[in-house]
Amino acid sequence: MSVSFFGQARTVAKRDLLRERRSGEVVWVTLPFGAVALLLIPIAIGTDAPTLRAVGVGMFWVVVMLFGVLVSVRRTGADSQSQKDMVSLTGIDPAASFVGSAAASSLLLVVFEVILGVLTIALYDIRIVGWAWVPVILLLVATGLGLLGTLAGGIVATDRSAAALVPLIVAPMSVPLLIAATQSFEGLRLGHSILTWILMLVVVVLVLAIAGVLSARPLQETG
Amino acid sequence: MPILRDVDLAVMEGESVGLFGANGAGKTTLLRLIATLARPSAGTGSVFGTDLASPDRFVVRPRIGYIGHTPGWYPELTLRENLGFVANSMGIERGRVTASLESVGLGGAIDRRADRCSHGMKRRAEFARILMTEPGLLLLDEPHSALDADAIDLVDDLVARTVRRGGAAILVSHDHARVEALVDRTHEISEGTLR
Repeated sequence: MSVSFFGQARTVAKRDLLRERRSGEVVWVTLPFGAVALLLIPIAIGTDAPTLRAVGVGMFWVVVMLFGVLVSVRRTGADSQSQKDMVSLTGIDPAASFVGSAAASSLLLVVFEVILGVLTIALYDIRIVGWAWVPVILLLVATGLGLLGTLAGGIVATDRSAAALVPLIVAPMSVPLLIAATQSFEGLRLGHSILTWILMLVVVVLVLAIAGVLSARPLQETG
Repeated sequence: MPILRDVDLAVMEGESVGLFGANGAGKTTLLRLIATLARPSAGTGSVFGTDLASPDRFVVRPRIGYIGHTPGWYPELTLRENLGFVANSMGIERGRVTASLESVGLGGAIDRRADRCSHGMKRRAEFARILMTEPGLLLLDEPHSALDADAIDLVDDLVARTVRRGGAAILVSHDHARVEALVDRTHEISEGTLR
């Protein structure tokens, strides 16, 4: 009996989430580091409330980007050769595997964003207006980072020395995500339209999804 | 310098073949090529009619049962979850996960995490995977190493079952006596050349 593309993707996502639940890498390792980074920034720049309020949203997104991509890269790039062989021999479509892994990473990143978001509001005295847009922005950024990290992890998996290239791959692609995310929140704060920035997030997510799906098979065959 | 050269091997349905050779002779590389897990840099070959260098070679992989040196289980998952992942990926009924694990003597360790299983137990779980997926081509890389007597019998049983079903089996081993008694013919690989 053959399994549909999305059935395979769901199986991979379920596996990744189960592995995360058991290892607790995001919850017990990465998340605390992100929280510490948000705590340290006020110590470094001073506790002046208006200054913290002004930089808070930007700091939140920088921390989410850096630690978020790390989460996805680690999850995709850390499998052993024998684990990769086992997955290959199940006949899973590499593109379905990419979609499943990216979906699992995105879900974890939403949790990551929400917890760090609450901390940022508490520490930096952020006042957000237009709350209805916040889940949309968080979801789009998490999806973009999940896709980007999974794609970068796939490249790392082809060759351990390729790990050095990860910042070069991640940096240019995360810039539009960072700009759109920050400007969206700024737009909400000032009461401006944020549709342009939402559109930009959607475009980046689509580009990353297409790039990831198309490159999945060549990357698996190289690895 | 090529790892393999002058390799001319055809294995037909219902046939079992043993490959012997010193360490580094190219036995594992040959198995990985046949399993489509590595791509040949030169020459031609096919498995189930699909070219070994074809970009579509992944479609035949579910018909191949490969057991390498190191089991590929996810350490955080239980044996049931690991095999369940394989079953879900391949559209195999979940009930066969438990039945397969029980039939290789792992009935008491079904819900044990893979990182808490011994190497021998993980190998047995690999045999359960083969029983569950019933591949048409069985590729075993030193299957008898580090196993107790019962598990060695399981290997022999897997080969016999596969051949009886009309499949084929290729075993790489250092154990001449055991493999010669098990397979239809044997070959020697020396410095990348098959004899």
